[in-house]
Amino acid sequence: MNVQAVKVIYKYEMLRAWETLLQSFASPVISTALYFVVFGSAIGERIEQIDGVAYGAFIVPGLMMLALLTQSIANASFGIFFPKFTGTIYEVMSAPVSFLEILLGYVGAAATKSLIIGLIILATAGFFVPLEIAHPLWMAAFLLLTCVSFSLFGFIIGLWADDFEKLQLIPLLVITPLVFLGGSFYSVSMLPPVWQTVTLFNPVVYLISGFRWSFFEVSDVSVAVSLAMVLAFLALCLLVVGWMFRTGYRLRQ
Amino acid sequence: MQPIVSIVNLSKTYADGHQALKDVSLEIAEGEILALLGPNGAGKTTLISIICGIVNASEGAVTVDGHDIVRDYRHTRALIGLVPQELTLGHFDKVWNTLCFSRGLFGRAPDPAYVERLLKDLSLWSKKDTEIMALSGGMKRRVLIGKALAHEPKVLFLDEPTAGVDVELRKDMWALVRELRESGVTIILTTHYIEEAEEIADRVGIIDGGKLILVEDKQELMQKLGRKAMIVELEEPLSGVPDTLAHWGLELSGDGCRLTYTYDPRSTRTGIPGLLQAIGEAGLVVKDFKTTQSSLEEIFVSLVKGRA
Repeated sequence: MNVQAVKVIYKYEMLRAWETLLQSFASPVISTALYFVVFGSAIGERIEQIDGVAYGAFIVPGLMMLALLTQSIANASFGIFFPKFTGTIYEVMSAPVSFLEILLGYVGAAATKSLIIGLIILATAGFFVPLEIAHPLWMAAFLLLTCVSFSLFGFIIGLWADDFEKLQLIPLLVITPLVFLGGSFYSVSMLPPVWQTVTLFNPVVYLISGFRWSFFEVSDVSVAVSLAMVLAFLALCLLVVGWMFRTGYRLRQ
Repeated sequence: MQPIVSIVNLSKTYADGHQALKDVSLEIAEGEILALLGPNGAGKTTLISIICGIVNASEGAVTVDGHDIVRDYRHTRALIGLVPQELTLGHFDKVWNTLCFSRGLFGRAPDPAYVERLLKDLSLWSKKDTEIMALSGGMKRRVLIGKALAHEPKVLFLDEPTAGVDVELRKDMWALVRELRESGVTIILTTHYIEEAEEIADRVGIIDGGKLILVEDKQELMQKLGRKAMIVELEEPLSGVPDTLAHWGLELSGDGCRLTYTYDPRSTRTGIPGLLQAIGEAGLVVKDFKTTQSSLEEIFVSLVKGRA
């Protein structure tokens, strides 16, 4: 195992976030704080409790998921896309590193950044709404699994994309709508029966539902199903990345 | 002695059907400087990219230090440093950081003293905390060399190291290459500057159309293929070569003032004394004469043209 390589890739990616501190950490925190102000405090006070949870608190897990998913994908996709775009990827390709080590470096750093953002958002939420976490370990597990799986997904997008448009395409056109329609701001049970069924095809529903359960012990679907879905998504991403590396997809001619 | 790099029947066909390398075999001895000459698109970069692991070969095998580059990639890649043709650098990275990154990427533990020495050798020490985008083109190229040397490789590939570089920097680069060789590093450089190969290489390989046309010791190549010419300048212009000199195969210049005689310098009898005597007997008055030797460029052009 080329531990040095994993270390330098990880450090390099973390340094990049540090050097663009405002963009990396402040920006997602500010935008999430705005959601709390608008939906949690201003509008939320006029909305009844959902499943016994005040609306302001109810949206915290969904908002965290929104930030985690978009940030994991953005960090990981950009991390591998940019060296491809500038040509500096030649160095990684010619180094004695395995694909696993490349993955640990890039995806590890992207997941760490998302994790930090998630925790900052959680702390920020505490300023706006009273928060209780019923199952802290499960919350941490969902947080970690989501960061890793979606960083892997971002890495796949970064490998696949050959221009900036493709890099933005899936996060903007697929992920954001799925998160908004995945129960970030409402309970699935509030939808008409037909839409409740349709919603179950949205994988993000399971993520948000499981994550919300770890906070308030209320969920749209069973926690076991949520966990299984997250693990299945992680496995799928690993399979795709494995295939990409085996075939040298978009990396090695 | 076992070659440090051994290439056997290497071929590469890209996905678009372009065959960039055709059955190339080559052995590179430890400690030598090999120049790979060839026009643009000849296959030089593809050859280097395969050895370094950036491009997969279609057929054939390469070993570095006796290890297969695919099976034992960790061993072989750790021995190799690559300076790419393009100035591919992270523009926002700082010089010191980027060299430390390269060293770690190739599995070497941090060694600030070595990186400091390297930056000083490359005259980059004063720029260690400068962002790469603020450096001149020549400095960027030296940063690339520093990155390639950061893990102390035994074999260094320089892909067109002096492309777009001014004369002074080119000479600095040549001096650096010689120093590296003296420290035991094997150097393979691609170039289409013949003078570069002529100046620093021990051996010259010529690639054209994906084929390795020849690999020769530079001096031997120049001796073997480099014809020498004697140019005789005459006091009075001639309208044609006199009949008595016809069998010498002389060429008369357009103004009739110069006769050129080409000969094989390796031959024990060049015929020069006999020719000079014959010129005197023909009643021609010699004003001056000189000899010239073909440069590698002329050899290269004649080889590539001969195949066209």
